Amino acid sequence: MSEPVRRAAPVALVVAALLLVWYAMAVWLNAPQVIERLDGFGAPWGARELVAATWSMERPVLPAPHQVALNWWQSVFDADIDSPRSLVFHAGVTLSATVLGFVLGMLLGVLIAIGVVYNRVLDRGLLPWIIASQTIPILAIAPMVVVVLGSLGYPPLMSKAVISMYLCFFPVAIGMVKGLRSPDVLQLDLMRTWSANGPQILAKLRLPAAVPFLFASAKVAIATSLIGAIVGELPTGAQAGLGARLLSGSYFGQTIQIWSALLMASLLGVGLVAAVALVERLVARAMGARA
Amino acid sequence: MSDAAVSAHDLSLVFQSADTPVTALQKVNLTIARGEFVSLIGPSGCGKTTLLRVIADLERATSGTITVNGVSPEQARLDRAYGYVFQAAALYPWRNVLRNVMLPLEVMRMPAAERRERAMKNLELVGLQGFDTKYPWQLSGGMQQRVSIARALAFEPKLLLMDEPFGALDEITRDRLNEQLLRLWERTGKTVVFVTHSISEAVFLSNRIVVMSPRPGRILEVIDNRLPTARQLDVRETPEFAAVAHRVRVALRAGHSYE
Repeated sequence: MSEPVRRAAPVALVVAALLLVWYAMAVWLNAPQVIERLDGFGAPWGARELVAATWSMERPVLPAPHQVALNWWQSVFDADIDSPRSLVFHAGVTLSATVLGFVLGMLLGVLIAIGVVYNRVLDRGLLPWIIASQTIPILAIAPMVVVVLGSLGYPPLMSKAVISMYLCFFPVAIGMVKGLRSPDVLQLDLMRTWSANGPQILAKLRLPAAVPFLFASAKVAIATSLIGAIVGELPTGAQAGLGARLLSGSYFGQTIQIWSALLMASLLGVGLVAAVALVERLVARAMGARA
Repeated sequence: MSDAAVSAHDLSLVFQSADTPVTALQKVNLTIARGEFVSLIGPSGCGKTTLLRVIADLERATSGTITVNGVSPEQARLDRAYGYVFQAAALYPWRNVLRNVMLPLEVMRMPAAERRERAMKNLELVGLQGFDTKYPWQLSGGMQQRVSIARALAFEPKLLLMDEPFGALDEITRDRLNEQLLRLWERTGKTVVFVTHSISEAVFLSNRIVVMSPRPGRILEVIDNRLPTARQLDVRETPEFAAVAHRVRVALRAGHSYE
């Protein structure tokens, strides 16, 4: 086998197994409805008719993969990009909130980490609150954030970004605290022998040493930021965004639409994590990492 | 006395550990003249590294007085009077060789052009011209340590403090670096305080050898080394060298009761 085939084979095998299970689940979950309907017609039916019907329902309990794929394809490529029928339009709305929330979360996380590392009071006093903040279910806070920021006149983009930020500053803060504390004693002693001041030690030693930790956190953070943006669209009756698409899908029983929005969300997530990984590789190369 | 590079009187340092206080230095008296090469030798725990760290203001003495270039160690540190070489090279892995050597100069806010020129000059001094764009992981241990020496020399301090700089290297590399260090010292006329636990290294390099003993850390004897300057490695085969090494060994043994 050639090298690309050898590497793709396990992935293809897993995907094939998943599809197989998915089709089987679709038959199993949709069968009761289908049987009821086939019996209603009074005509005799066999396994062939049953399976065909469970894989082609308009509002199935679990849509078959090809139904989801077709819906996804149509709403990505066949719909006008600025129409509410387009998944690209909805993904774009969610993406902007995700990226804004991610940037805000990174800034907040890094600032908190610097505060915790440089200030004993913050180290003792702030960290428990940060951890407590993450134990509150985001679904409980999201509506309040939306209502409060909305009444202050902020656009929905901002309230969604704030919810994303709330979720994704945490891994960044935790990772950066560890990263900023990662320089060893000798590297710190050297700075002292040169009488370096605090900001110099931060800029020339602690921050560069923390970069690998920052990227490890950023990959978690960008994924949670996406979740935050989608959750932020749920309680607001938002008209646009993947969350809104999920909500309207479940409101009208459009399960195929829900699944194709979910597919879009996971593709978006994979793309975002890959983008962070790419930046990580470029930065690592610029910082002299082994090729 | 104020023209001495280092001058210590009744210097003591007690570390407050969890159960019992540990006397790292007890009543140390030592004067090092400018331009001398002085080795501190003794077994582990004799306080030789602690003494070096007190000179560098990385530790504070609990009693006694010490001056470095006539001022307190803290003032000397703020004046950037010394360069410090640790046992490990401690290069910053995200900086290439040139930028590692320029780092102290950046901290001292030297203009960029001068920074570069100084760093290149000092890399040449340790025989590493042409390696300026390499990253630390691309260098051998001996080369990394030479970079760290270039880094310590880059801001041209009068005093060079070296804490077992070649301790982690193989003997062949260590011999070569010893010879290079001696040539460097002869050329630059810096004061060097050198911590080691190798007798032959101490005798080969120094004007004076300070023999120390542990529990509590104190100076046993200061041995003058009158071997001629401009030494080559084969001076170690001479009877004169053996005689000095013997005196150091006897002094070390006297301080060590092996109980």
